[in-house]
Amino acid sequence: MKVLVPVKRVVDYNVKVRVKSDNTGVDIANVKMSMNPFDEIAVEEAVRLKEKGVATEVIAVSCGVAQCQETLRTAMAIGADRAILVETNDELQPLSVAKLLAALVAKEQPGLVILGKQAIDDDANQTGQMLAALCDMPQATFASKVEVADGKARVTREVDGGLETVAITLPAVVTTDLRLNEPRYVTLPNIMKAKKKPLETVKPADLGVEVKPHLKTLKVTEPPKRSAGIKVPDVATLVNKLKTEAKVI
Amino acid sequence: MTALVIAEHDNASIKAATLNTVTAAAQCGGEVHVLVAGHNAGAAAAAAAQVAGVTKVLHADAAGLAHGLAENVAAQVLAIAGQYSHILFPATASGKNVAPRVAAKLDVGQISDVTKVVSADTFERPIYAGNAIATVQSLDEKKVITVRTTGFDAAAATGGSAAVETVAAQADAGKSSFEGNEIAKNDRPELTAAKIIVSGGRALGSSEKFNEVMTPLADKLGAALGASRAAVDAGYAPNDWQVGQTGKIVAPQLYVACGISGAIQHLAGMKDSKVIVAINKDPEAPIFSVADYGLEADLFTAVPELVKAL
Repeated sequence: MKVLVPVKRVVDYNVKVRVKSDNTGVDIANVKMSMNPFDEIAVEEAVRLKEKGVATEVIAVSCGVAQCQETLRTAMAIGADRAILVETNDELQPLSVAKLLAALVAKEQPGLVILGKQAIDDDANQTGQMLAALCDMPQATFASKVEVADGKARVTREVDGGLETVAITLPAVVTTDLRLNEPRYVTLPNIMKAKKKPLETVKPADLGVEVKPHLKTLKVTEPPKRSAGIKVPDVATLVNKLKTEAKVI
Repeated sequence: MTALVIAEHDNASIKAATLNTVTAAAQCGGEVHVLVAGHNAGAAAAAAAQVAGVTKVLHADAAGLAHGLAENVAAQVLAIAGQYSHILFPATASGKNVAPRVAAKLDVGQISDVTKVVSADTFERPIYAGNAIATVQSLDEKKVITVRTTGFDAAAATGGSAAVETVAAQADAGKSSFEGNEIAKNDRPELTAAKIIVSGGRALGSSEKFNEVMTPLADKLGAALGASRAAVDAGYAPNDWQVGQTGKIVAPQLYVACGISGAIQHLAGMKDSKVIVAINKDPEAPIFSVADYGLEADLFTAVPELVKAL
């Protein structure tokens, strides 16, 4: 069984982004970029499935600008066998990405597609579900445990209030939550090996997908700032302030 | 122009998140209808009919809809989607699970975690862990939206008198099945709806300490308990207590952060709280930059003292 793992290049999670002064977006020039943290978890899970003998091949995919190659090399350093870059300079929204991935699913016929539950830049949490819909596959989102056997996946999902277990028929789409696994560190020898692994580049047109926006961003602004607070010297003052000043208790 | 709200319910009653979503739907203009898709969910449909501002409740009942499986619920929504201009889900685990599936089948983009309705086709939503607010315009005819519940007031749960109409339930897609769940039992207020939240971080050190120190404070204040990702990952608190970009987004009247440094990802989940109190022994902790009242102290002495003083 092949496993397809879509990965996204995003602003590193430690970077505090700044809104551009002309309100057209956030300033990402010269900012450190990394693989979306949820996608690292997805790659790790796919590689573990391969190590268990469940998966035969792990294919990493990324859609976007040429620099996404670096993200794909990271995925291959974690253990993906090969990579596909769908290269475009157009703005990609989740539905377009889902369509590009659906075209690759039709071509590669994976048994399982593992995505991160959301990208930390647009915070959309849509692509996995949209891909499942376009391919008419079942989905298991926010996975914290995945067991694959007998043409099915048993997935424990993180839901409001606790956990839920569902069984889905393969081929299927799984999206990862934080606690699915702890991604391994990439080692130098593996980074060197990853450079030799095959990376294929295609264009959206090669896949017969027209990339068009469904949402237009009119402006991007700073969130309202909180007014500066005060430090209190002791617990008694704190309780007093909460009772008389803030009146919340 | 009519908006359809997909109710979140447990087959017996309507969950609070549905009420906030109804308010957002009303702001899109036009009538508000509610879909209750479930199994033996007559009581939930009756409750939805009582919600102020709702003009019609559509009730679909089938065994396949019992557990809210995305494949079946999405098919149910699509079966009636034709007549609606807006389809809104609460941005909860179940809403986020189903909404993009519906949007993709309709070939429209989806707008996630809307915090403000500017007009019928323009919305505000936070991006980059809440560090920027994007105003986006939908270019599609139908708008599929998930609503950040803390961004909207709850519609009154009573006062409405909508008609309940039964709609044909869709057959089970047969590709997925529900096997079981472990829902944490707890008699505290629900985290996302609580007026007061006390939250603990990695500084608590163990789950025993977490319970020992945080529970009395929560009891005293009638508060819900939350936690940072570090505390959850270390096993001090259950997953569903996590507050932050990837956990729950909360906006209570009072948020008390104990032993939480205040990483961007945590702040994304709680910085809309009315009053924030931080108790931390590190004077440099970023949490102090958003706290209305900061107390620089060891939480193991400060929190019990606080419990005594209340």
